[in-house]
Amino acid sequence: MSGTRPTTDLAVLTPAADRLARAVEAERSGGGFALRLRARHGVWLGIAFLLAAGAAEAQIGPLPDQGVFATLWRWIPFLLKGFTLNLIISFGAMAIGTALGAVLGLAQISLLPPVRVGSWIATQFFRNSPWLVLLFAIMLLFPYEIRIGDAIIPIPDWVKAVIGFSLPIMANISEVVRGAVQSIPSGQWESAESLAFSRRQTLWMIILPQCIKRMIPPWMNWYAILTMATPLASILGVEEAVNLTQQALVAEDSRTELLAPFYLFLLIIFFLYCYPIARLTQRLERRFTVKN
Amino acid sequence: MGASAGWTADQPIVAIKDVHKSFGALKVLEGVTIDVAKGEVICIIGPSGSGKSTLLRCINALIPIDGGSIKVEGQEVRDPALDKLELRKKVGMVFQQYNLFPHKTALENVMMAPIHVLKQDRIEVETRAYALMAKVRLEGKEGSYPGELSGGQQQRVAIARSLAMNPDIMLFDEVTAALDPETVKEVLVTIRDLAEEGMTCLLVTHEMGFAREIADHIYFTDRGVIVEHGPPATFFTEASDPRTREFLSQIL
Amino acid sequence: MDAVYEWFRWLYDQHGINLVIFYEPYERERFVSGLMTTIYLSLACLFFSFIIGVVGAWLQGSRLRFTRQIVQGYIQFFRNTPPLIQLYFFYFALGVYTPSYDAGGWREPIIGSFGWAVISLSFFAGAFNVEIFRAGIEAVPSATIEAAESLGYSRLKTYIHVVLPLAFRVSLPALNNNLVNLVKTTTLAYAIAVPEMMYTANQIWSDNVNVPEMMVVLFLVYIVLVGLLVWGMHRWERAIRIPGYGA
Repeated sequence: MSGTRPTTDLAVLTPAADRLARAVEAERSGGGFALRLRARHGVWLGIAFLLAAGAAEAQIGPLPDQGVFATLWRWIPFLLKGFTLNLIISFGAMAIGTALGAVLGLAQISLLPPVRVGSWIATQFFRNSPWLVLLFAIMLLFPYEIRIGDAIIPIPDWVKAVIGFSLPIMANISEVVRGAVQSIPSGQWESAESLAFSRRQTLWMIILPQCIKRMIPPWMNWYAILTMATPLASILGVEEAVNLTQQALVAEDSRTELLAPFYLFLLIIFFLYCYPIARLTQRLERRFTVKN
Repeated sequence: MGASAGWTADQPIVAIKDVHKSFGALKVLEGVTIDVAKGEVICIIGPSGSGKSTLLRCINALIPIDGGSIKVEGQEVRDPALDKLELRKKVGMVFQQYNLFPHKTALENVMMAPIHVLKQDRIEVETRAYALMAKVRLEGKEGSYPGELSGGQQQRVAIARSLAMNPDIMLFDEVTAALDPETVKEVLVTIRDLAEEGMTCLLVTHEMGFAREIADHIYFTDRGVIVEHGPPATFFTEASDPRTREFLSQIL
Repeated sequence: MDAVYEWFRWLYDQHGINLVIFYEPYERERFVSGLMTTIYLSLACLFFSFIIGVVGAWLQGSRLRFTRQIVQGYIQFFRNTPPLIQLYFFYFALGVYTPSYDAGGWREPIIGSFGWAVISLSFFAGAFNVEIFRAGIEAVPSATIEAAESLGYSRLKTYIHVVLPLAFRVSLPALNNNLVNLVKTTTLAYAIAVPEMMYTANQIWSDNVNVPEMMVVLFLVYIVLVGLLVWGMHRWERAIRIPGYGA
């Protein structure tokens, strides 16, 4: 985006349009808009939750059996245990995806055509594939146990889910890295080169240190998106929060009045986790804004 | 790699001969020939788009040339066997946009290349760096980051940074064009000191007064060719080519 | 055409690569119907999320603080919670309360799984669209609006003839991003048994035990679909670009 400065003196529109265009570029590589959040939305959610649960309660009427709130209260530890698996999957996938994505991103700016083209293909492939399809592919095609020497190591489902999620993250982080490197002004490359720095020295000592700051907000944004994608693993049987919720509902004889409160509870715990991350991302983005 | 075997100080230190360069269909340099003797100060002037900045970048192999030859201390720049990094240790370049490394202090900017490229001892480099900062009249600003310095100060740090590599030749690409008029002077004074110490300098510049003052030879380029050249004494007053006269009348 | 199909049967017989969706008409129809469902789902969500975006952006400019807060609440809720759980919430929690009609012996809810998928995903994508439209509208400088009004345009006419064309051009790249994501997100509908491409592919490989082949086909089709979309959108963006405006 830098370098395409508009060339008209009528450019009244351009600063805002420019910002939006840059935001789009950032979004495409960073995964989502910078958010404007209000704390009171937690309050709204809480109210919605209470209303839903209350309405559900009202529908049952006086029952000898346990009320909606009590039922939910009983199940909360169980559901939270599932939620921790979501978090573990998100940490694992983010760690692996970031490591691989950094390598892939640097490969995309390699001077060797086969490396550059190959990494571009890999990035585009994993970036444009639906996450659920990738998850299915890994879950179904990955062996359920591997043999190393004499030992047979079973690979649990959630590990396969971590691998499945790390692939799109890898591709998107690759784009974040590539975008960050390409956003460093070419003058930096020129002056480093004219000081007889090799390309590797230039990249590691001058370009990449300047990239770190501008990569953090999109990186955090992708983490939030990843966390909100982990429930997909429930479709494939991984026993995380959504899956356990469904098990709980079945255990409670699938009472219809429990559906809204239980799912709303799920929505709320995810919101309470992802919202502060989004808030922090937005603050860091403001702080690290590149003044070109 | 020192100077090429056979090069002696009486031969041109930079010999540019009939250089051609095109970017796609756009011909930027069409047969440029300049000889620079050791210790000479050359100023290249001309309208924008005349290829001046490209020419400088061809000398230190930032941009490859399509035709002709450039010899730096006898070493052919176009030679595929040339070690570009070795060449750039001898040719220092200062840019219009300073291009300091924003994540390092001024002193670190000056010290980085000698330590990591020349592999010199850190203490020695630090001492020399302090000396260079004093030479460009920036004592006390060693710990400042580029963002904290004015344009003129940043440009002087950039000059110090290039000098830290002990080059034989310094290239200046319109180094004052992005500066406020007040700060232009401090940079020009620094360059003049360098020239008076005997550094071979090639300057692309718009500062006609400065060119007249320090240049040994002035070249006027337009659309990729050298239209006219001469020592400042005669160049400004007895320019013969109409293009030269038109350009001079517009700026002077 | 039959010759092409028969080649795939040969491929299976000779090399064991079972691309049954080509040589078996029943499976072929299933797959194509899955593909069409994905496309219909994408189009329906595109349409409704667009409307939600326009309405939401308009409401966000309201003078009433309450309205603005409601819209903000909607946006933040749908952008900070997992779309799959939103889908389950709509389909299971809300779906249970929808009235049903007599469909010849059993009761069918009036909103089926496809309908709920459209509703849920539209609200999800709509939340992003509201921000995009708002940004686009705010990119039009008030000076331009004033100029239009001083030429005699009514507020509505200004909106239609001056603001929206400019806002649209500014918003288009972001909207296209959203559209691409939408197509990928339609796979979520699998979870509530909407017979889109992911679902039918699953059925096919369950019946024919050709998971690797179907996976490859699935990837290729999605990538081609997304690729076509991106290419088409780029062409459109370039076609309506105003020289000198925007970035």
